[in-house]
Parts: sequence; C-alpha cells; structure tokens
Amino acid sequence: MRFLLIEDSPKLARAVMERLQLDGHAVDHAETLDAASACISVAEYDLILLDIMLPDGDGRDFLQHHREAANKTPVIVITARSAVSDRVGLLDLGADDYITKPFDFAELEARCRAVLRRQGGPADNRKSFAGTVLDSSTAELQFSGISIPLRNRELRLLEVFFNAPGQVFSKTYLLDRLFSLTDEASENAIEVYVGRLRKRLEGSGTIIETVRGLGYRMVAA
Amino acid sequence: MTARRSIRRRLFFQLAGVAALLSLTFFLVLRSVAERAAEGTQDGILSASATAMADSLRSVADGVTLDLPYSALSMLGSVGQDRVFYRVVVDGQTLTGYDDLPLPSDIPSNGEPKFDTLAFRGDKVRVAVVSRTIGSLGSLIRADVAVAQTREALAATSRRITAIATGVGVGFFVLATLLSLWAAQSALAPIDRMTAAVTRRGPKDLRPVTTDTPTELVPLVDALNSFMSRLRASLLRTEDFIAEAAHRVRTPLATVRTQAEVTHHKLTKPEHKAAIREMIRAIDESARSAGQMLDHAMVTFRADSLAKDALDLVQLTTEACNRLAPTAELKDNTILRSQPDHPVTFHGDGILLQAALLNILDNAIKYSPADSDVFVSVTEGDEICLSVTDAGRGFGGVDVSRLTQRYQRGTNVGDIVGSGLGLTIADEVARAHGGRLAIAENPKGQGACVSLFLPR
Amino acid sequence: MRLAFLAALIWSCLSLPIRAFEVEDRVLYPASPAISELRILSTTDRAAFEPIILAFQAAHPGIAVDYTIASTTELMTALHDEGAVFDLAISSAMDLQTKLANDGFALTYSAANTGALPDWANWRKQVFAFTQEPAVLVVSDRFFASGTAPRTRDDLIDLLRADPDRFQGRVGTYDIRNSGFGYLMATQDSRNSQAFWRLMEVMGRLEAKLYCCSGDMIRDVSSGELALAYNVLGTYAAAQQALGVGIQIVVLEDYANVMMRTALIPVTARNVPDAQKMIDFLNALGTRPDLVAASGLAAIDQTALRENTALRPIRFGPGLLVFLDQLRRKNFLRNWQNSLFQE
Repeated sequence: MRFLLIEDSPKLARAVMERLQLDGHAVDHAETLDAASACISVAEYDLILLDIMLPDGDGRDFLQHHREAANKTPVIVITARSAVSDRVGLLDLGADDYITKPFDFAELEARCRAVLRRQGGPADNRKSFAGTVLDSSTAELQFSGISIPLRNRELRLLEVFFNAPGQVFSKTYLLDRLFSLTDEASENAIEVYVGRLRKRLEGSGTIIETVRGLGYRMVAA
Repeated sequence: MTARRSIRRRLFFQLAGVAALLSLTFFLVLRSVAERAAEGTQDGILSASATAMADSLRSVADGVTLDLPYSALSMLGSVGQDRVFYRVVVDGQTLTGYDDLPLPSDIPSNGEPKFDTLAFRGDKVRVAVVSRTIGSLGSLIRADVAVAQTREALAATSRRITAIATGVGVGFFVLATLLSLWAAQSALAPIDRMTAAVTRRGPKDLRPVTTDTPTELVPLVDALNSFMSRLRASLLRTEDFIAEAAHRVRTPLATVRTQAEVTHHKLTKPEHKAAIREMIRAIDESARSAGQMLDHAMVTFRADSLAKDALDLVQLTTEACNRLAPTAELKDNTILRSQPDHPVTFHGDGILLQAALLNILDNAIKYSPADSDVFVSVTEGDEICLSVTDAGRGFGGVDVSRLTQRYQRGTNVGDIVGSGLGLTIADEVARAHGGRLAIAENPKGQGACVSLFLPR
Repeated sequence: MRLAFLAALIWSCLSLPIRAFEVEDRVLYPASPAISELRILSTTDRAAFEPIILAFQAAHPGIAVDYTIASTTELMTALHDEGAVFDLAISSAMDLQTKLANDGFALTYSAANTGALPDWANWRKQVFAFTQEPAVLVVSDRFFASGTAPRTRDDLIDLLRADPDRFQGRVGTYDIRNSGFGYLMATQDSRNSQAFWRLMEVMGRLEAKLYCCSGDMIRDVSSGELALAYNVLGTYAAAQQALGVGIQIVVLEDYANVMMRTALIPVTARNVPDAQKMIDFLNALGTRPDLVAASGLAAIDQTALRENTALRPIRFGPGLLVFLDQLRRKNFLRNWQNSLFQE
C-alpha cells in the first residue's frame, strides 16, 4: 500500500516510515501541510496518516479542506491530545479513524485494514495461488467453488504466505506479524494457528508445510 | 443554612407595606369624612329643631311661653330611633323640657347654633343650642333653646361606614398586594430571564451575555461578561497547555516506541527481542497512565458543569463498539451487541459517557482471551443499563468495590498494560450522571461483567 | 322667678310624687308549682287581658302572673316618678310609653321575636306594639236608626248643630285632663283636622258629658243616656256590641286614629326573662285568632290598614313627646277647656 505520512517530527516520521516499509508498504513523507498538498496533487495514495499538530497550521484545517475537495483517500489522524476532548471533533471533521500516540503498529494496521475495508478495499485485495484465492476484503478463502470465512489472525497469517508463496517464514517472524508486541505469546501459538490454516486449506491445492528448524512455507500440493 | 436575602421578597414586602399604609390612611380618611358627614346631618336636624323651637317662643302677659311645634321633635325621628331631649331656659330658669339637660358653655348670642357632645342620663348626647333675645314685660331677656339626641343612629351609621371602609380598605390592600406581587415579579423578570439564559448554556459556553438587559443590571452583566472572557481565556490556555503537554510527551514516546518496534523486527536473538518488548511495554504503560490521568482530569472538569445533551445510548454504544472493533479483531475477539431496536434517549455528556464506555470496553478486550466474545448490551428497566461482559479472567475473587478507586487494579493482571484508572473514570462518569457502576463476575461463567447504570 | 315658680307648680301637679299611684284592680294568676312570678302593670281591662294571660301560662307553665290595673296616667306616675317595681308595663297610651322609653325607663330587648310585625310596630326595641285599635264614634240605637249615623266629623258637627235640643247633654267624650288615652286621641285629632276644635265647641255648647273611660261611655250610650260618644276605644265598643247592647260603632271616614297597645319592660323589672317571653307572646298575637276573639283586642293587621286608608296608625317617634311638653300640655288643655266650657 502507498501511504502519505504528514508528520512534523522528523524522528518520528523516519521511524514510522521505516516500520511501515518493514511490512512492505511505500511511504511518502510530508513535513508541512503545503508539502502534503503538493504530494496529493501528484500522487495517488491508499491512505493518509495525519498528525494533527503541525507547524504551519492545525491538521484539522487540512482535514476540512481535504473533505471539501472531495478527495476520497481515507485519513487516519494521529493525535497526541487527551482522547476525551478530541474524539468527537475529529470524526466530525471527516477523519476516517484516529489513533493516539504512541501507537502499536499492529493496531495501526488493523485500523488501516478496517478503514480500507469500509472504502471497498485496495485494488490488489485478491491473491491467488495454485487455484486457491485469498480475498482480503471479504476475509475469505475460495477454492473448488467454495468459500471459507477466515478469522482475523488466520487471514493475516495467510496474507503473509500469499505475499511470498514458497518463502520460508520463521516462527519468530510470524509471531511478530500476528501478535502485538505487548501480547505475551509463545511460538506454540503460531503452531496452533498454522494448524488451523491447514484445516482450512484441506481439499485445496495449497498446503503449508513445515520446514524443520526454519519455519513454514506455502506450496502447491 | 444561611438566610438568603431575597430582593423579590423585600420588594414585595415594601410595596405591600406601602399598600397597607395607604389602605389604612384611606380607611381612616374615608371613615372620618363619612362620619363627619353623618354628624353634620345630625347637627343640621338638631339645629333646625332648636331653631324651630326658638322661633315659637313668644311673650305673653306673665312672661314667655312656648307652644312646642310638633315638627320640632318629630323631625328628629326621621333619621333613627334615637332618644330626644330638649330644654328651654329663659332668663336662667328652665321654662320647659328636661331641666337637668346640660347646656354647652359659651353659647353665641347672635342666634348661631352651638354644638357639643355631652353626657346625659348615662348616654352620650349631641346637643345643639340656639340663643334668642325676647322682649318681655318691657325688658329684653335671653332664652336658650337646647335640643339633644342620643347618637345610636350615628353609631349604627358609623358601624356601617366602618364596615364599608374596612371592606374597601381590605379590598384595596389585597388588590395592591397582588399588584405588588406582580410588580415584584415583573421588576425581577429580567433577572430571571438572564439567569435562565446563563443557566441554559452548556458548560463550555462562555460567550458574553447579550440578553436584553435593564440599565440597572448593565454593570453586573458587564462584570459577568468580563469575568467570563477572562475565564474563557484561562480555560483556553489550560486546554492548550494540556494539549501541548500531551504532544510534547507523547510524540517522543511515539518515536521511541516505533524505533523499538523496528529494532525488534531486526533483532533475531529471543532474549534481545524480549528486552525490547519489555521496553515497549514500559512505554505503553507510561503513555497510557499519562493519557488516563489527563482523561481523568478532563472528566472531573466536565462533571463539574455537566452538559445535558439529548443522547441516543444505542448509537453511543454502537460507536464505541465500532471504535474498538479493529483492536478486538487483532485477537479474534468479536464484540456482540444486544440493543433495543429503538433509540434510548438519555440527557448527559456524550463525551464523558463515550469515554466511560470506551474504558470499560477497552478493559474487557484487554482481558479477553483470543477467539472469545465480548458482549455489550443496552437494556431498559427501572434504570438504563449499559453492560459489558467478557470471558476473561474476571477479578480473581478480590473485593470488586476497590477496583473503582484510583490506581487500584485486580491482583491477577500483572502481565497486562493498565493504569488502574479506567474503571475509576467510568465510575465517576456514572456518578456525575446520577448513576452507578456495578462490577461483578460474569454470571454466565468465566469473566467479568461491568455495568453502567443510568437513571431513566 | 315667677315663671320658675309656675313651671315648678305645673310639674308637681302633673307628676304628683307625694302620693302612691292609684290601683284600680289587682288579680293574681297562680301557677302550680310557681317557679317565677311575672308582675304586670297594665291599663287593659281584666276581661280583655285574662284570656291572654291564661294562654301565656299554658304556653309557659310555672309562671305566676300578678296583674295590676291602673289608668294610663297612673301607670306613668308609677314608673316615671315613683320607681314602682314591675316586670312589664302594658299601656294604651303610646305617647306615655314612648316618653318612658325616651327618658330611659325601659329596657332594650333586642332579641325580640317580632315575627311578621312591621318595623314601625316597635320603637328602639323597647316599646312593642301588639294591637291596633281605632278610636270610634259610638251611637245609640235609640237615637239613630241603622244607616243614619254620621260618617264624617263634618257630618257629625252639622248633625249636632242642626238639632241642639235633641243632643243637649246627650253627647260624651273623654275628659282628657284625666285620661291619657283621651289626651292622646285629642292631640292627634288636633294635628289631623281643624274640625276637631269645631267639634269640641259644638260639644261644649251641648254640655257634653266627660268620662274617664271607654267602658262608662259605652254603658251610657247603650242605656240611652247618651246619643253618641266620641273617641271611644273601638275594641271595647266591639266587645260590648257583640253582647247586643244597642249601640252602633262608626269608624269615621274622614280619618280614624288608630292607637296601638304597647308593652315595655321597665328598668325596675326583676323578672326580665319572663317579661321577654310575654313580649314575644304578645308579638305573636296575630297568629292566635282564638285569643283575638276572646280578648277583643285586634292584632296588628297591615292588610286592614291598607284596605281602609282612613285608618291612621299613630306612629312612634319623638313627635309623640310634643304634647307631653308641660307648656304645650297646659296650652292644649286650656284651649280644650275654652272650647268645652263656654261661659
């Protein structure tokens, strides 16, 4: 996905960009509202992350202009404000969602997913491998004419595998992708979820196989 | 209890006092004038009677005689049934009549009647006396004719007049009192209007008062407006300060946390990763504490002057659930709602209620195991109940009443980030709205049930 | 000095305080057991009043009645000058009763039950009228065939003048010097009509006989001693006529003075409650036709007054005091005597 990050703190911006890139997203950064407007005028973004306190103006004004210009790109506001005082106002001004600093990237990703799902999803919401289709926007697995609904973690785990079929992912990597860093989760949990996915994939042309000592990968049966 | 001085009451009593004084004066004047008139009538008849008698005095061979005219006495019976006395004194001797009837002193000799009120035979009588000079036996002698009448008819008239005057006086007083009440009411109406205008305002409305103000209240309103503008400036500064403080604290925290996450991804050794996770946990904890402290301060601030907006609690819970749905999804938790299919209206502060509900719901999700459900229900009974039930670890049998105290947490939550203020905030919001927070174990098994009861 | 002496002399003659008043009759009506005694001083004949007393005792058992009869002037003397002790005074002389009340010798009975009586039937709630009795002309059947009696005073004067021989010594009227009722009627006549003085002169020329009481006049008319008697108390005449004694009663049509018999409670009264009961009883006389018939005393009847406009009830009021004035009385009596006794 392609993000526009509007954030005046360079350190935070750099860290966020790096973190999002780790998940394979493309991120443009604008330090000011002017720069952000310039970015929007030349590029298409899947999502805008907007810090509400900016040196050349309040992020709320940007939000208002953004909505008045009928720009459909969803906006998630990053706010440092006391949550009680700000919540209502932001949503009224047209933010699709908001997240308070400091934020958990797992939660940010979940909110992005929720926002995009409400918008109809990104263009590449369907991935297929060996006759098996993973539809992220409906959270379904389709093969042999049947659709199997997936739970959130199952979907997110499958997305990892469908993004790089054949690639081996270590349990540690999967754990980081699946759980929040503040969750106490062991590698056993990954085994449980992989076990569930195998059940879901039964009868399709796709399996997840264990690569002893290294992790798991998705291959055609 | 201090006795408050009411302008309305004082104004009313002063006006009523004036009315009473006027009524009394009116009563006294009316009575005095009417009695004077009645007395004048009696005096007129008495003097006519005395004059008629005096005119009948005539000189005869052996002195002076009197043929008492019938009308002289009969006219005295025309007004009432008063007793009548008369006395004719010629040359110092009683010629006829009641010789013990006292005469007024200083009778004018020019024939003008003289009146007096004297005691006679145990009664007060009104006496009229006229004097005549009669030529008799070659010399001039003086005759005094006195006619007296008791004052019973006069007293009856006086009683009647007093009754009428009393009625009129009392009526006037009652009317004036009612008018005073109305006057006091209407004079103070602008104050009531202003009070209503100020009271109607929300807690954050600090605009100047622009109600139509009577001249006398302009200084007060000006002072009030000036005070409010200073208060508004002060509040804005405080809000800005809080926002700025949050920004200053949270932005670096966000940077550090993000960097830590990046670092965590890059590290491979489990012990290094664990250390980073500890660090992130610590950051989250401090950020959360700071946030909830600010929230708590804001709740206290807003609860002082509670907004009374009409809210739909169904919509409110739906919004809260939607807000936390992405967080719940991360752990495959599902938020199940059970709400009436019609709006449930409640008058209160939406922001505070939202904050309370989010805190309760956030707690429930935090303590729920993966793949479990969180139930949110809105029910209407004697009270409105917003209830959140999870399948978490519950409270481990601790005294649940302590959980709403500040910074008190369950004994079995050491591994989960929390400040202990969440339920305190919810509890204070509930109290501010006249409701209460009930904390219990999930009646249908494992977990907790936190309910926000609000009065209907 | 001379004037004062004269006045004192007249006053003493009128009031006669030296001797006790003269009682004509005294009757006791005992009750068994007698709880209280009601002492009545009255000018009304025993025959007329006895039925009323008996009916009163029937209505209020336990009250013994001591009934003393005196003339109107004696009654006045007793109460006004001698302070005689009586519980009730009943008199046909309205003027004297009025004077008693005016001079403070009567008690007020403000709660009196006056029933259907008109307001003018009492004065100051002290003097209560309970009968209405016209002064009438009584003529003898021997002198007047039915329908030939004179109907007005002028008729009467013409008749007497036309035939003096026939009526010489045969006419009678009150000696107003002794009779309070006669004096009252004469003074009222003098107010009402000039015909009165002419009548007196005519009667004087006919050497009219003077009487103290109605009863004597009726007796003499009925015996034929008199052809007619003027100013007779109508109720007594009616009572006698009912006995068939050969008299006719003429209520003169120019006017007829109507006297009211009155009761008052003297200040000397000792048994006031019973006196008040009697007053209430008398006030209700109009509701007892049996008593009216038995006593011959006509109860106050406004209908009768309305129907016969010649009837002129004497009104209470200070006017009644005028002819009681010493000088006025002296002058009036002098005029009256001058008319009657022509030398």
